[in-house]
Amino acid sequence: MLVVWMGVLLLLLGYFFGIYFFDNGTGGLIIALILWAIMNLVAYFQGDRILLAVTGARKIGPDDHPRLYNVVEEMKIASGLGKMPGIYIMDDPALNAFATGRDPNKATVAVTAGLLSKLNRDELQGVIGHEMAHIKNRDVLLMAMCSVLLGTIVILAWYASRFLLFGGMSRTRRSSSSGRGGSGQVIIIIVAIALMILAPIMAQLIYFAISRRREYLADASSALYTRYPEGLASALEKLAASTDQMKTANKATAPMFIVNPFRKQGMAASDLASTHPPISERIHILRSMAGASFSDYSLAYRQVRNTSKVLIPAAAVTAAGTVALRAAQPEAPEKVEEVQRARETSNLLWNLSDYKTITCACGTKLRVPPSFRESKIRCPHCGMINPV
Amino acid sequence: MTIAVWIVIGIVVILLFVFIGIYNGLVRLRNQVKNAWAQIDVQLKRRHDLIPNLVETVKGYMKHERGTLEAVTKARNLAQQAASAGAGERAKVEGELSSALTRLLAVAERYPDLKASQNFLALQEELASTENKISFSRQFYNDSVLKYNNQTQMFPSNIIAGMTGFKPGEFFGVTVAAEKEAPKVSFT
Repeated sequence: MLVVWMGVLLLLLGYFFGIYFFDNGTGGLIIALILWAIMNLVAYFQGDRILLAVTGARKIGPDDHPRLYNVVEEMKIASGLGKMPGIYIMDDPALNAFATGRDPNKATVAVTAGLLSKLNRDELQGVIGHEMAHIKNRDVLLMAMCSVLLGTIVILAWYASRFLLFGGMSRTRRSSSSGRGGSGQVIIIIVAIALMILAPIMAQLIYFAISRRREYLADASSALYTRYPEGLASALEKLAASTDQMKTANKATAPMFIVNPFRKQGMAASDLASTHPPISERIHILRSMAGASFSDYSLAYRQVRNTSKVLIPAAAVTAAGTVALRAAQPEAPEKVEEVQRARETSNLLWNLSDYKTITCACGTKLRVPPSFRESKIRCPHCGMINPV
Repeated sequence: MTIAVWIVIGIVVILLFVFIGIYNGLVRLRNQVKNAWAQIDVQLKRRHDLIPNLVETVKGYMKHERGTLEAVTKARNLAQQAASAGAGERAKVEGELSSALTRLLAVAERYPDLKASQNFLALQEELASTENKISFSRQFYNDSVLKYNNQTQMFPSNIIAGMTGFKPGEFFGVTVAAEKEAPKVSFT
């Protein structure tokens, strides 16, 4: 629904733009539509590739990191997705993840190396479930459309303001020769100016509102898929506690991530100008869920936010009813696990950069860079000569 | 007169479209149920394939646990034979296999050498994940069946379902005891 408002805003802006400059609204409307169409096409066909290139993510297979691959496959099954999404790793110590791809059959999930080494299996499952929900709900496409719409509105408003400043003279001449003028003309000018200033701001706010709503929905879906909201809650807690910032994120890619990559510590709750709801609130909602279904989530949402706002369409809520939660997966002591996971992740990253790993007889692991040409290498620890 | 005729034709056309829409919706739901069932099948087969491998790996380390190993092999063979049975029968046999596996993995905890073996660790991850995949595909299957059954029993789609022969689907139930005993695998 909010998307429609954004579109209406664009068309209104285009219309008044046209009335003001061409004495006829359709010209502006057509300009707005053409601009929108072109930007949409670019985003539609190149969006995922651009995003992956910008973040420097690399693709992995089932043997590179069996646990991650298995968890993604588990969530693919739970969400009923037709095809396995591509899995990418970002070599970044920050804890984050995103999903992209214009339709559910050509989707991609990307996680940072930091996430892989810090989260246990249940938590990873929660995060992947959240990303899978974005894919399943086609949020990627929706947010791409919205951001293009937003971009078009901003550009159009910007041009309109330029025209207004520098084209004022010719404008007055034309209106006097057309012989209209009067109070109607003044009203149109005022509305046009107001729209030029307000439209980009309003569009931005609407865009943020849509983004936040889709985040809640993805959280609810993740809980439904995993039947274990605590997994995502505790993952979000770890994500919130980490202080590393994403190196590669920028404003355009922000709504794609599971937590806002730009968030500051202790950011104001329910900030209107944010792509994501505050993490503490998301955790609180997940923890107050009595079951795993959508209706449990909306109940918890209303309880935590103290509103009667409808978050999820009623049809989706009634279909599921209440769903029981499952128990946690048994885990080894957290410390042992974390060392193990960090080791796994660093192995993976070395392998992805084409480094060879040679285990010397003394137990030392030698990482041989791809540029190393010789056939033997000396172990720096025990001095033994190993074949490459 | 002609206006009345046109109105009647219009109503018939609208009804036809409604009929087609509901019918196609039912077909889509039924296909989803079939698809979800195939998914469970794939995962159960995967588990059957993993077990000989597991038994082979574990055998060398666990010389005194022949009974446990044989129980797993036996349960697996029984489950394989029941592969073409209905959902209810299959769930029962697979539940028994699950509990046999649980016992085996619980016993494995007592063998530190085994737990240190890379091969066993990889198998353990595969087995744990397959176990998860089974329960997630069962979850998705049961959700699909619920949706499909609701559609075949609710008005007005129940009329069309009755006319065109859509039968309600069978849930993949698991007895409470078997559910509780799903293998507890620890990740080390």
